[in-house]
Amino acid sequence: MTTFRKGGVHPEENKLAKDCKIEIMPLTKKAVVFVSQHIGAPATCVVQKDDKVKVGTLLSKAEAFICANVHSPYSGTVTKVDVATDFNGFKKPAIYIDVEGDEWEDGIDTSEAIVKEIKLDSKQIIDRMKDRGIVGLGGAAFPTNVKYMIPEGKKAEFLLINGVECEPYLTSDNRIMIENTEEIFIGIEIMKKALNMNNAIIGIEKNKPEAIRIMTEMSKNYSGTKVVPLEMKYPQGAEKQLINALTGREVPSGKLPIEVGCVVDNVATALAIYYAVQKNRPLIDNVLTFTGKSVTNQKNLLVRVGTPLQEIIDYCGGLPSDTGKLISGGPMMGKAIMDTSAPTVKTTSSILVMSEKEAKRNPQTACIRCGKCVSACPMGLEPLLLATLCEQKRWEEAEKECVMDCIECGCCLFTCPANRPLLDLIRVGKNQVGAIRRARSQK
Amino acid sequence: MGTIIIYAIVAMAVAGLVLSLILYFVAQKFKVTEDPRIDQVAEVLPGANCGGCGFAGCRALAEAIVKAGDMEGKACPVGGAPVMAKVGEIMGLAATETEPMVAVVRCNGGKCNTNQKVIYDGVTDCMSANQNFSSEGGCAFGCLGLGTCASVCKFDALHINPETKLPEVDEDKCVACGACVKACPRKVIELRKKGKNNRRVFVSCVNKEKGAAAKKNCDVACIGCGKCEKECPFGAITIENNLSYIDFNKCKSCRKCVALCPTGAIHAINFPPAKPKTETTIAQQPSPTPQQTTTVATDTTTVKTEQ
Repeated sequence: MTTFRKGGVHPEENKLAKDCKIEIMPLTKKAVVFVSQHIGAPATCVVQKDDKVKVGTLLSKAEAFICANVHSPYSGTVTKVDVATDFNGFKKPAIYIDVEGDEWEDGIDTSEAIVKEIKLDSKQIIDRMKDRGIVGLGGAAFPTNVKYMIPEGKKAEFLLINGVECEPYLTSDNRIMIENTEEIFIGIEIMKKALNMNNAIIGIEKNKPEAIRIMTEMSKNYSGTKVVPLEMKYPQGAEKQLINALTGREVPSGKLPIEVGCVVDNVATALAIYYAVQKNRPLIDNVLTFTGKSVTNQKNLLVRVGTPLQEIIDYCGGLPSDTGKLISGGPMMGKAIMDTSAPTVKTTSSILVMSEKEAKRNPQTACIRCGKCVSACPMGLEPLLLATLCEQKRWEEAEKECVMDCIECGCCLFTCPANRPLLDLIRVGKNQVGAIRRARSQK
Repeated sequence: MGTIIIYAIVAMAVAGLVLSLILYFVAQKFKVTEDPRIDQVAEVLPGANCGGCGFAGCRALAEAIVKAGDMEGKACPVGGAPVMAKVGEIMGLAATETEPMVAVVRCNGGKCNTNQKVIYDGVTDCMSANQNFSSEGGCAFGCLGLGTCASVCKFDALHINPETKLPEVDEDKCVACGACVKACPRKVIELRKKGKNNRRVFVSCVNKEKGAAAKKNCDVACIGCGKCEKECPFGAITIENNLSYIDFNKCKSCRKCVALCPTGAIHAINFPPAKPKTETTIAQQPSPTPQQTTTVATDTTTVKTEQ
C-alpha cells in the first residue's frame, strides 16, 4: 500500500468519536465573528453597529488578492464592531451579533435536495469560490480560489483530494465522508470543471474502513475519480506528503504544489465548494470534533462560525474534572486554548480535552544526537540542528538550513527521547526568518 | 672553496637588495594610512563590544568618531561622560554632554497584579511564548516574565524577581546599552533618562487596550483616562491608543500625575519620603533608600494603599 517516502511517525490513533453521527449544534444567542479568518491580507469590515444581518450577509470583504470574504452565520443585529479575544488570548477585530431567529438571505438554497447538474463554467466557479468566502479547511485557511488560478506556464495534472485526517483524535472529515458522500463527489466534479480536468484522486488512510468503503462505492458513479487507501503514517495529510504518497512527486523547497502539477484540497473544502456553487451558500459552518480520553460525551458537531467555545463545551456536558489542557486542532499540530470565551472560526476542527497527566510536558534533558528527529522529519530537515541554531538566535544560518521548509508537523518533538522542545524553537526561527525575508524584500 | 663562499654571499646580498627594493616600492605604493587616533580612541573605550552605541563594537565606534571628525550622536553609553571626555581630548573636541540613561521596565502586572488564568509550560523564552499566547494573566502587551531580557544583559543588571515575575533593573550596573530593549518581543523595556539623583517618573504600562479591557486583566494597567495629561503643567504627558506616555525630556518630576493616577500606573522612584503635608495620600509609602535598585515592587504597595 502507498504512503509518502520520507520520515513520519505513528502516534496512537485515538479516533474515539469516529462512530458519532454529526449533530447540529443549536444556535448561540450572542455570536462573535472575526473580521479576518484566513491566511493573507486582512479583510475589511463592511457592517456597522445596529445593522440588521441575515444568514449569508457579507460581513467583511476581501480587497486583496490573497484574502477571503466573511459572511454572517446568523441573522440578527450587529451590536458592535470591536475587538475580541481569540483562543490564544490576542485581540482581533470582530463583529458582535445578537442572534434573532434564523433568517437566510435570498438566493441561498437551504433545501436538503442534492443538486447534481453543474451550471457554471470554470471562471464562474472560481469567482463563486471567492465570493462565498471558501478557504482551505485542512487547517491553513488559504483562500481556495487562489489555488485554482493556475499561474501561466504551469499545468494542473493531478487533482488530489485529502481525506487522510492523519491527526489523532480528529474525526470530522471521516464523518462527512460517510454522511455527505454524494455532496463531496459533486464538489470534486466542480473542482475538476474549474481546472478543466477529468481525473481526481481521493486519498484516505486505511484506519477509516467505513469511509473508504462508502467513498469507493460512490466513486463508481463518478468516472475519473478514484479512491486510494493509504498506509497509515503521520503527517500524511500534509499537502506535500500527500502529493508524494499519491503521485510520487516531490514539491521543491519553497515552491507550491502547482510546481509539480498538483492541486490539493480537503474533503471538507470539497463539501464547502459544493454548497457554494450548487446552493450559493457561503462558508458559515464546519464540523468540529469534541473529544478526549476522559470525555464521556464524544461528539461531532456541525457548528456555525462565531460560536463561543464555552457554549460548545457546555452543550457537550462540560469538561471532565481532570482536564489539564484544551487544544484547538489535533494533538500534533493544534494549539492550546487559553480562553474558552473565544469564538470558533472557519477552520476550528476540534476541541480536544487532555487530562492533567497527558498535558504535562516531560522534563527536558540534553540532546544525545541519536538522530531520531532527522529520520522522523518528513521534509528531510535536521530538526536538532535547526533547533540549536534558533535557540542561539543564528537566524541567517537557520535560513540556509531551510528552516522555512518546516511544516510544523511536530514529528521531531514527538520522537525526541530527550524531550527537547524542538518545534517550539523552530517556530521562533521561522517567525524571525520570515520577518527578515519580508524586510529584505521591502528594501 | 673560498670563491664559492664569496659567490654565495654576493649572490644572496644582491638578491636581498633587489627584493628589499621591490618590497619598499610596493609598500609605498599600497600604503594604507590609518589615523593613529583610531587606536588611541579604541584604547580608552571600555572594550566590552556590547553594541550599545549602535556600532558593531568598540573599534567600530572609534573608527566612526575619527572618520567623521565629530562626536555628534556617537557616544559610549557604557563609559559615559568620563570616557567621552577622554575621547574628546584625543580628538581635540569638547565632549557633548549626554545625560545618562537607564533601562526602565514599563510593566507592573506580573504575578502580583494579574489573575493567572493559564499555566505556560513551553520554552522559557519570551520570543517563543509571545507567538503562542497573550500571557498567563491575559494581557497581550505586558511582560511575559520569562527573562529573555535578563539572559541578554552582559552587565548582570537585569534579574527576574521570582515573586513578582517581573524583571528588575540594577541601576548601578545598567549601562543603557539597549540589548534588553532589542530582546524584548513586546517592547516593554525602554531607555529613559536617569534623571536628577536617579529620580524619575514614568508610566509603568504598555497596554493599548481600552480602559475596561485593560483593567479586566490587570489591576495596575493604564486605562488612558487622561487625568495625568490634563494635570501635567509641562505638557510632558500624551495619551495615544488609550495609553499614557511621559516624555522624559519635558518631565520635571513634579509628581502631580503620580498621586492622581486612579490605577497607580504612574511610578515615581527614588524620591525621598513624602512631606507630612501630603501624609494622607502617601503616608504608608515605604521610604525608599537612595541606593534602592528599583522600586517597582514597593511602588505597587503604594498604589494599593492609595486606593
